[in-house]
Amino acid sequence: MAEREQKRKPAPAKEETVVEETPGVSEKGEKIKAELDDLLDEIDEVLEENAEDFVRSYVQKGGE
Amino acid sequence: MAIRKVCGIETEYGITLRGAGESNPIAASSVLINAYVASLARKVEWDFEDESPGTDARGFSLEGSSPPEVETHLVNAVLTNGARYYVDHAHPEISTPECLDAREVVVWDRAAERILVASMDAAKSILPPGQEIVVHKNNSDGKGNSYGCHENYLMDRAVPFSRVVQGITPFFVSRQIVVGAGKVGCEAPGVSWREVPFQISQRADFFEEEVGLETTLKRPIVNTRDEPHCDAQKYRRLHVIIGDANLSEVSTFLKVGTTAIVLAMIEDEELGRDMTLTAPVSALRQVSYDLTLRRPIELATGAKITALELQWHYLDLAKKYAESRGLAAVGEEVGADILRRWEHVLNGLETDPTSLADQLDWVAKRQLIEGYRDRHDLAWDDAKLKALDLQYHDIRPERSLASRVGLERLVGDEEVASAMTNPPRTTRAWFRGTCLQRWASAVVAANWDSLVFDVGGDPLRRVPMMEPLRGTAALLEDLVNSCSTPAELIERLGA
Repeated sequence: MAEREQKRKPAPAKEETVVEETPGVSEKGEKIKAELDDLLDEIDEVLEENAEDFVRSYVQKGGE
Repeated sequence: MAIRKVCGIETEYGITLRGAGESNPIAASSVLINAYVASLARKVEWDFEDESPGTDARGFSLEGSSPPEVETHLVNAVLTNGARYYVDHAHPEISTPECLDAREVVVWDRAAERILVASMDAAKSILPPGQEIVVHKNNSDGKGNSYGCHENYLMDRAVPFSRVVQGITPFFVSRQIVVGAGKVGCEAPGVSWREVPFQISQRADFFEEEVGLETTLKRPIVNTRDEPHCDAQKYRRLHVIIGDANLSEVSTFLKVGTTAIVLAMIEDEELGRDMTLTAPVSALRQVSYDLTLRRPIELATGAKITALELQWHYLDLAKKYAESRGLAAVGEEVGADILRRWEHVLNGLETDPTSLADQLDWVAKRQLIEGYRDRHDLAWDDAKLKALDLQYHDIRPERSLASRVGLERLVGDEEVASAMTNPPRTTRAWFRGTCLQRWASAVVAANWDSLVFDVGGDPLRRVPMMEPLRGTAALLEDLVNSCSTPAELIERLGA
């Protein structure tokens, strides 16, 4: 239990920030979704033509 | 007092030769790098004098472990920006020059990508029509083969390595929720895509040990390669192999920045209580597979904690550390930016991870792939989704998906273009790069900690660079500018 209490310590600082940022976060979320929709409308133009061949032939040797 | 966290990244790129039937990746990598180097003025060979990748930081050598081999016969070039560009195993690999802070790493890592793009263009012009070399900045082929993106950090030799391992392991297990590059499916033996359709990290599937020297088999969370490339009495270079290659600049910045701060805290013994995990290797995978970020892992004390709580724990300590001791070890200004962005990201992960789709690779990739999947009503094992995953890492401007998902930029295009040929001014890389710019024909060999000159007549002259923070523009620019020949430089340096 001591463990949990210690972990909660940063909570006050966090909550303050969360309250301030929540409207911004969801607004930003909407914007990101709209941009994603635009990208998905156009994405087929840049995608590899044959996904199955591309994925099958993408074979690498291990490295490092 | 923690020493300055001089740092850098070395990235192995996935490589494919298209339009040629069977292809040899080693040959393709050589063609790629040679094509780039041939497009530059002159190639300087890497000098292997001081390479010893088999030395173990724990001070012993494990029986039966196989130290990595350095393949001296393969292409290996030193660039005027201080970077090293070479063939490693079956991949083209580029090491950034030594950088002073996380922001510089972002600049020279981006420059490295641009160098790879320029190399693909150069290769295209010499390959037969219809053939093309394509590289991907990723870490796995989705079929169980992995290649690395390694970070390096300068550490004080006096710090016992066991303290580094103890302090950094829980951080490495948890940091993937911030810096993971995301992956469709799973490559761990016996785990199907149904159980893990998408995971946070590219690399978590490939780690089997907690600590060790290997990088290609039985990969360890903490790598013990002890090859400082500088004064070995004073320093060690922590060689970090667990990271994913990032496309997001914020991810790269946080990966290097947060790690550097935690390492500084380890040096200063400011890491607080022991957060040792019961089973770090299985925890690593569990964290990577848990998109809810809610499943706890177990500490050796028996307490449970989530990866997100672990990251809050480290951030909390880092903020206190910044207040009490300052962030000189990572740069005060950059350090403050790291803490601010780290906190913003942890808040986002806690409240709404999708809000971070412009900052974190795994979130951006997941949004893209789930959006595509929903739109076309695809199963998770559809090849189209794996293709999207791979293409996220395609760095060709006309194909790159990462460059189309709206990731926040931290550095400017002009700065990056300049870093393709110019070294950081803040480390010894400045001296290496500047000598190559001015006197390439007299530099017969170069490596991280020395340059070898042929100034005619006499024996070759080796200029040692054992201090990563000497050889900077601040220290040497006036002297170098006042020399009209390399012979004069050698004389004035007293080498």
